[in-house]
Formats: sequence, structure tokens, C-alpha cells
Amino acid sequence: MNINLTLVGETIMFAMFVWFCMKFIWPPLVEAMAARKKSIEDGLQAAERGKEEHAQAQKNAEELLASTKNQAADIIANADKQANVMIDNAKGTASVEADKIKVHAKSELDQEIVKARNELKGQVSTLVMQGVNSVLEKEVDAKMHKDMLSKLSKSL
Amino acid sequence: MATGELTSSAYIKHHLQNLTYGKFPDGHWGFAENAIEAKEMGFMAFHVDTLGFSFVLGAVFLFLFAKAAKRASIDAPSGFQNFVESIIDFIDDNVRGSFKGQNPMVAPLALTTFIWIVLMNTMDLVPVDWLPVLAQKIGGLFGADPHHVYLKVVPTTDPNMTFGMSIGIFLLILFYSVKEKGLGGFVGELTLHPFGKWMLPANLFLEGVNLLAKPVSLALRLFGNMYAGEMIFILCALLPFWIQWSLSLPWAIFHILIVLLQAFIFMTLVIVYMDMAHQKEH
Repeated sequence: MNINLTLVGETIMFAMFVWFCMKFIWPPLVEAMAARKKSIEDGLQAAERGKEEHAQAQKNAEELLASTKNQAADIIANADKQANVMIDNAKGTASVEADKIKVHAKSELDQEIVKARNELKGQVSTLVMQGVNSVLEKEVDAKMHKDMLSKLSKSL
Repeated sequence: MATGELTSSAYIKHHLQNLTYGKFPDGHWGFAENAIEAKEMGFMAFHVDTLGFSFVLGAVFLFLFAKAAKRASIDAPSGFQNFVESIIDFIDDNVRGSFKGQNPMVAPLALTTFIWIVLMNTMDLVPVDWLPVLAQKIGGLFGADPHHVYLKVVPTTDPNMTFGMSIGIFLLILFYSVKEKGLGGFVGELTLHPFGKWMLPANLFLEGVNLLAKPVSLALRLFGNMYAGEMIFILCALLPFWIQWSLSLPWAIFHILIVLLQAFIFMTLVIVYMDMAHQKEH
């Protein structure tokens, strides 16, 4: 219970310990803690930003996808339309061509008919003349009745 | 009881005597062999046990914490670093809560005070006879009479220890009072309050008592609590060995609370006193 030099010793020891703590223990630990706090805060902020960016990217992708789909649908619709137009055109051309061919054929046919008919007329009139010649021999002058016969053959 | 031939009173006295190294009245230095010799040495003596234990405990604290501080990792703190950081956080909260000034010394001061006192108080939980008997055996090996080898294990039960700390605090209070308020401001605070300048002697008396009460109350509170706790452990140890636990165990469990509480009170008051020393307006 005696008060003695221990008192002084303890005071000096206390001062030394406090000095040591202040110099070598407190600052590095507090700095490490502050740095960790900051890095955690930064990390959380970065995570938040990443989340936002991800959401934005997803939204963009969805928009892009939707617009692409629309475009594809448009393209298909256009293609359909164009195909129809082409088919219609082809049909038109074909029918016109067919008509042309038909008309041509018909006219050719008509010509053939006329030609054949004329030939037949000629032959008939020759035959008639021969027949009449053979019937009438002398009484009928071929030259005299030729006009009449050719009139007859025309009226056939 | 260490030995059957001792009386209870001798046993208690033996436990309450510090291992004292000092200057005998005839001028030579040496270990006191009993309480009377220690008393005769007066001021020129050291309590080797108090100094030794407090130094070792403080060094352990500083060594462990300095190791943690040196290896302080930002990304992957180890278990011990987490423990240290939780203490730092606790101290920092307390300092921020009570200390409004700007002084980078206050927080380390509070940390050192708290941990050192906790460690020294914890020595109280070591069974009362272990270390003293060990010291007697060792002393016997070196040729000393075992009955004259004293050892008081708990430094905070030595008023030299508690006053040593509180005087350190007191010097800091004086230093920062003068530094922050100026000498005139500090003297003014001591003399012009609470009654105004016409009651100067009364003011000086009141404020002087107020000022001196700080270190005295700090030291005596800690000393008194730990001394009383130690005393109860010693009394428990007077019982037959097979029943001692029935008293010493409950007291030890309760004492854990006192160990931490006293250290906490001491630290908090240190912070508050430092805050008062830094306040410019009264």
C-alpha cells in the first residue's frame, strides 16, 4: 500500500504505451478499416451500376429483337406481294400471248379456208365446164360461156 | 492456504504485500523481506511485481495489436484482425460520442487505457495462489526464504499503478487545458466560475477540488474495486480446498463483469476529461 517510485515508473510506462499505440497501432488499423469501408462502398456502387447497365442492355436487346421481327415480317409481306404481282403479270402475259397465238392461228386457218375454197371454186368451175362441154359439145362455145361460168363459179 | 502453519491473517497479509525492491534506511538497495522493511524504504522503492506484470501485459497488448496493425489487410482480414477491429470500432464509437475536439491522441489513449486495464484486471481471475506460490518456489531456488517472497499479481490492486495512470491523465488534462484555452483561459476557468470574480477564493477552491478530484477518483475507483475483488478471492481461498469453488467460482464469474466494467468506466472518464480539457467555452 506504500506509494513509492512505482508510481513514477507506471506513469512513464503508461506514457510510452500510449505513444506506441498512437504511433504504430491506431493509424494503420483505422486506415485499413476506412479503406475497406470505401472499397465495399465502391463495390456496392459498381454492382448497382452493373445492374442498371444490365437492365438497360436487356431493354435494348428486346427493342432490337422486336424491331427486327417487324422488319422480317415486312420483308416477308413484301416478298409475298411481289410474288403475287409477278404471278399476275405472268398470267397476263401468258393469256395475251395465248390470244395472239389463237388470233394468228385463226387468221391462218381463215386464209387456208379461203384458199381452199377458191381452189375448190376453180376446180368446180373447171369440172362444170368439162361436164357441160361433155354434155353440150358443140353447142356451147367455151369462149362464149366462159364469162357466165366464171360468174357462176364466183357465186358458189 | 499455502501452508498449514500460517494463520489466516498472516496469509492475507502475505497476499497483500508487494514484492518490493528499494533502498534500506542504511543506504543499500535490496528486496524487502517483510512489510515493515518495505514501509521503512519509503518512497525510494519499486514494486517489482506491479511493474513487471503491468509491463508484460502492456507489452503483450502492444505486440499483438501491432502485429495485427502491421498485417492489416483490407480485403481479407484474419480472425484476430477482426477481433482487433471490433475493439477499435468500439473505442472509436465511444471517442466520437464523447469527445468533440480534434486530437489524434485521444482515441489511442482510450484504447491503451482500456485494453491495458482489462488485461491487468483479468489477472484477478488467475487463482490467487498459483503465481505467488510459483514465485515462492522460484525464489526458493535462488536461495530466498519462501516466506519472504511476496507477489501481488494484479497491478490494478496497487494504488501506485492506478495513481500512476491517473497522474498521467492529469498531466494530459493540464497540458491540453493550457494548450487549447491558453494559460489565461485555463486560470480564468479555475477562478472566475461559478460565482464571478468577486468570489475568487471560493471559485478557486471549488474548481481546484473539481480538478484534483478527477485523477483521484479515477485512481481510487479502479483501485478500490479491484482491491476489494482480490480481497474476496483471498477470503474464498481461506476455505478448505474442496469447497473453495462454491464461492470463488460465482465471484469469478461476477468479477468478469467488474473487470470489463471498471476498464470501461476508466476509459470513458478519460475521454470525458479530455473532452472537458479541450472545451474552449465554459
